[in-house]
Amino acid sequence: MSELARDDVASLVLTQSQLDEVVAACLRAVPDEGCGLVAGDPMTGVVRRVYPTRNAAGSSRVYTVDPLDHLRAERDAEASGSSVIGVFHSHTHTDPYPSPTDVDQAPDPTWHYVIVSLRLEAASLRSYRIAGGVVTEEAVVVTD
Amino acid sequence: MSVEVKLPTMLRAAADGAPSATVDGSTVGEVLRSLESAHPGLAGQLLTGDGSLHKFVNVYLNDDDVRYLDRLDTAVRAGDVVSILPAVAGGSL
Repeated sequence: MSELARDDVASLVLTQSQLDEVVAACLRAVPDEGCGLVAGDPMTGVVRRVYPTRNAAGSSRVYTVDPLDHLRAERDAEASGSSVIGVFHSHTHTDPYPSPTDVDQAPDPTWHYVIVSLRLEAASLRSYRIAGGVVTEEAVVVTD
Repeated sequence: MSVEVKLPTMLRAAADGAPSATVDGSTVGEVLRSLESAHPGLAGQLLTGDGSLHKFVNVYLNDDDVRYLDRLDTAVRAGDVVSILPAVAGGSL
């Protein structure tokens, strides 16, 4: 039942300030790819907290969420009654669409995969579901 | 002895939806094998065929990555918390 409900989630819902936090974390990481986790309600896709993390790969072309930062985010989310529901990272020179690496390495089909493109002057953000190698873009709903 | 194992969302369906499980073991390896025995759906997702830790899985004993301790031979004590996390990676390549 819960799996069905999760699959029905077709959007990521975050506030403008949370969105700004995601973009700022990506900009701070330049020239490397920036990354982080988002926690919230897995049933509704509503984000409660953004956790910028270190990019353990230290690369402009790939990212690895620092595992200790991941552990801390999981603990903090759990303590506040939410869970990690997705990951964000930047593409510094390409469009915000999942690369073959993103698709191959997507760990959890219930997660939201947010990509921020810094290719143009204005950052652009998209969110996807990635399950069984299939990429589906979802709506990003920005609230006040 | 019993230790708590925290599970990532992707593995909870194989463990009756629970966010954590309590299993017995005196090393991290024994704990993970106990977990796989208790929840057969987890078999093969944590340990490889030769019994080593899957490379896409990070395992923490309290605050320490077991890869920097004694890996699967790392001793556990009552009250320890083992956390399993998926490796989260990707990129523009």
